[in-house]
Amino acid sequence: MFELLGIAPQALFGQLLLGLINGAFYAMLSLGLAVIFGMLNVINFTHGAQYMMGAFAAWLLLGLLDVPFWASLVIAPIIVGLFGIVLEKLMLKRIYHLDHLYGFLLTFGLALVIEGLFQWKWGSSGAPYPNPIPGGYNLGFMFLPTYRGFVVVAALVICLATWYGIERTKLGAYLRAATENPTLVRAFGINVPRLITLTYGLGVALAALAGVLAAPIQQVSALMGVNLVLVVFAVVVIGGMGSIMGSIVTGFGLGLVEGLTKVFYPPASNTVIFVVMALVLLIKPAGLFGQTK
Amino acid sequence: MAETLLKVAGLQAWYGESHILHGVDFEIRRGELVTLLGRNGAGKTTTLRSIMGILGKRTGSIAFDGRETIGMPSDHIARLGIAYCPEERGIFSSLNVDENLRLPPVVKPGGLSIEEIYKLFPNLLERRHSQGTKLSGGEQQMLAIGRILRTGATLLLLDEPTEGLAPVIVQRIGEIIRQLKSRGFTILLVEQNFHFAATVADRHYVMEDGRVIDTIASSDVQQSIGKLQTYLGV
Ligand SMILES: Nc1ncnc2c1ncn2[C@@H]1O[C@H](COP(=O)(O)OP(=O)(O)OP(=O)(O)O)[C@@H](O)[C@H]1O
Ligand SMILES: [Mg+2]
Repeated sequence: MFELLGIAPQALFGQLLLGLINGAFYAMLSLGLAVIFGMLNVINFTHGAQYMMGAFAAWLLLGLLDVPFWASLVIAPIIVGLFGIVLEKLMLKRIYHLDHLYGFLLTFGLALVIEGLFQWKWGSSGAPYPNPIPGGYNLGFMFLPTYRGFVVVAALVICLATWYGIERTKLGAYLRAATENPTLVRAFGINVPRLITLTYGLGVALAALAGVLAAPIQQVSALMGVNLVLVVFAVVVIGGMGSIMGSIVTGFGLGLVEGLTKVFYPPASNTVIFVVMALVLLIKPAGLFGQTK
Repeated sequence: MAETLLKVAGLQAWYGESHILHGVDFEIRRGELVTLLGRNGAGKTTTLRSIMGILGKRTGSIAFDGRETIGMPSDHIARLGIAYCPEERGIFSSLNVDENLRLPPVVKPGGLSIEEIYKLFPNLLERRHSQGTKLSGGEQQMLAIGRILRTGATLLLLDEPTEGLAPVIVQRIGEIIRQLKSRGFTILLVEQNFHFAATVADRHYVMEDGRVIDTIASSDVQQSIGKLQTYLGV
């Protein structure tokens, strides 16, 4: 079959793995965006910068304090999540009653400031982060680097755990209810403003966690989130704002679509997601999994 | 005679720029069932929302169990033991029936258990895994009442629980409200359906244009029927 298509299986599976890895990051990041949007009604354009901060936190923890990767996986998201909580309490919460445009301007501006500061301090060339699990497996049809396999599995676990937390727990029920009708949830005695702060912190921590996972694969650099976050916004538009399972499925799916495009028609690989986005918007404006209100 | 549980005095309230309540005064004693009657737009819902603290601007005094609540955010007010069943019912579509029922946190001991609530509303038990908004209107109303019984709140604010429901369900809700009263709940009931209200209440307050303009004890309803018809425009 491969001969028929004129494609080496190594190339096909290699690109599929790459697609799956990209998809893992799309899924984790769009998930955080969806959760934040549902609760805060703010499209968090700072998400890419917070992803970068996660990678930087891990890199600095290693360089300055010798903190190993596995510990950073927990510590870095906590640090960046706390930073998110401060942002929410100081700035974001003042604009909830205003038009969406203000949320866009504020979070976009914050991203520029944060990325600018990191670029000013550490330059933009990027620094490597050592691979915590070097080596790999020869699967016969392809070579699987262990760490990359780990990233795919870890991302799946993280996504499913987030889904479970939102759809199957008491805290998740509060989140879902407060997304629908915050006033009534508050009138039941639940501290909704605190719930909103917590949601933002968790969404940001999720972005940072993705950043830590990305550090050993990518160069850790101030602008590493810029292009990624553009694609992630397209993913969110395709999947539909506010749908948890939708974000996960769309994220992984589009990573694979991108990988396949690299095999069969490489010139389109950078644009295929945006083409899909345009098509989806034409046919189903609320997104594949979104509900029209 | 039982002590005053809720005392509203000189309550004024606004939606943005529109001044809706112009000095509402009334009180409820512990264990009483009192209604607010009045035409559409008289300010009944606005009064309940003001008590619950979910209205932008309000002034005057609302004392619950001796505590002034006029400046409190609504989650604090709820935690004092006031629970609200809104006119639009407010069932969450992203929660199933059981999640809807368990959503309001328990704020005090003494509420009904989940089992007791399901015994009161057997339909809900059957449909506990359905999406909340997939229930019929009557079932949604029962869910909206049921979920505030768990919390241990002593004062229940019920906004038109019989609106738009079939007579047999109105009757069922009437029975349940009477049962709740006999269990010791204090209830402030907003009703347009005066015949329904007359069968359950101790006392009626009549509202018009953002004020309470009259009080009628249940024992005087027969003599006041003509007056009431004028008030309510029926
Ligand atoms: N969100 C709002 N913004 C502005 N004005 C409002 C709002 N809600 C209600 N009003 C106005 O406040 C007044 C009182 O309304 P309210 O809902 O309290 O009346 P009600 O007595 O509950 O009537 P009904 O029997 O129809 O439920 C009405 O004139 C209404 O138009
Ligand atoms: Mg009303």
